[in-house]
Amino acid sequence: MKTGRLIRVILPAIALAALSGCSSIEPWVKPYERDRLADPIMFLDMDPVSSAYIYHVYEAREGARGGEGTAGGGCGCN
Amino acid sequence: MIHSARHFVKTALNMLVYRHIHCAISRGLASSRAGLNPAGRTSASLIAILLLGLGQQSSASVLPEDRTDFLYHRYSGGGVTIDGPSVLVRKSVGKNVSIAANYYVDMVSSASIDVITTASPYTEERTQYSLSADYLRGNTTMSMGYTSSVESDFDANTYSFAVSQDMFGQLTTLTLSYSFGDDTVGRSDDPTFAEDNKRQQYGVGLTQILTRNMIAALNFEVITDEGFLNNPYRSVRYLDPNSAVGFSFEPELYPRTRTSTAIGIRAKYYLPYRAALETQYRYFSDTWNIESHTGSIAYVHPWGDFTFTAKYRHHSQTGAHFFRDIFLRSEATNFRGRDKELSPLTSQTVKLSAAYEFIEDGWNFIDKGSVNVSLDFLRIDYDEFRDISVGQPLGSEPLFSMDAAVLQVFFSFWY
Repeated sequence: MKTGRLIRVILPAIALAALSGCSSIEPWVKPYERDRLADPIMFLDMDPVSSAYIYHVYEAREGARGGEGTAGGGCGCN
Repeated sequence: MIHSARHFVKTALNMLVYRHIHCAISRGLASSRAGLNPAGRTSASLIAILLLGLGQQSSASVLPEDRTDFLYHRYSGGGVTIDGPSVLVRKSVGKNVSIAANYYVDMVSSASIDVITTASPYTEERTQYSLSADYLRGNTTMSMGYTSSVESDFDANTYSFAVSQDMFGQLTTLTLSYSFGDDTVGRSDDPTFAEDNKRQQYGVGLTQILTRNMIAALNFEVITDEGFLNNPYRSVRYLDPNSAVGFSFEPELYPRTRTSTAIGIRAKYYLPYRAALETQYRYFSDTWNIESHTGSIAYVHPWGDFTFTAKYRHHSQTGAHFFRDIFLRSEATNFRGRDKELSPLTSQTVKLSAAYEFIEDGWNFIDKGSVNVSLDFLRIDYDEFRDISVGQPLGSEPLFSMDAAVLQVFFSFWY
């Protein structure tokens, strides 16, 4: 039920975003203003090999999965 | 011994998704990533801007950086030690293709609470290989990957696909992903035992540059499983007046389907000085009635050639509808489980890490090299799962809790 509700909200939003891609939107952050965002400390995933591993630990130790960024692998979780 | 390798979800796929995030940012600014000092970074940015102006039409998104990581990981806690290497190599081939390969090993030595109460301590090994490829065309990146995980009693194969599109002057990146997993579950004590599990994952990710100091990402993920989802070795306990201790064990029995939905949002902010603050929240629910809230906050602080990170993460969840610490009788309900991960619980993690850049200005073909040491301290308090290993009389066993330490040491090279 909850999944259905979420899908009903999110899919139209994504469709809208995709359709509006046809019109031109003026970027409000210019390419030359992105120096801070290009700093490695601003990467959402600074070290993929490490985050894949730690999300794998969380998935093995908790009942939830997905939505948190990188994940992967089976586990030795007994 | 089998584990819940059904958590096995798309390493390859996820290696695909998040690195697209910085495509929007990194146009022409890649040199500023290479560890230049602030002055060098500014001039590099200026040059990049000039190049950008010239190549506005022809150069669009970029492929992920060429990079290799050698990781040693060690998880220790609750009577379980799991360690091993992980090697991740990424290299572009020509201008439009990037290939990544990952080799990962878990060496498990377990005398956990589950094992010591119902089985025998064991050791075993899991090996995982992943291969993925990205193809960049204009502002679109198409990716595919394959991951294979092999244990003595569990084989898993995952095939993943993703498409990523940069939009709105590279301010927005939309990623659609799909993966299909096919597992075979066996038993080490019964060669004839073989069960299947099929898994599909659908993901939508949206990454947005909000201001020149802030980037945010929204992640929506649905995962469906169908097949043999419980662990063939694990047991539930039930009240048994014929037993001296008052209870006995029987095999657990899970539903054969599970669908979960997760929605996550994260934002990273560049502080007024050179440091970053990141917050993250994830809501999760599934058809087993597990519902959870997960939040974290992290602070990244560079200092000379070092980068320090501190993070706190909090997770709380309700239990699965078929979880009981003890059932009133044998086969009391249609589905039965006593996996502690299905219990209501709270988990907290404190992470501290330090990275040191030991190659800054290039050495042979290597542009940059760093070493990173990271420690995660994990504490889990279970609200219904009781510790029956302490020998307390039935009904007075304490609730279980555990601490774990997770060590990671890794060397990274950019070239």
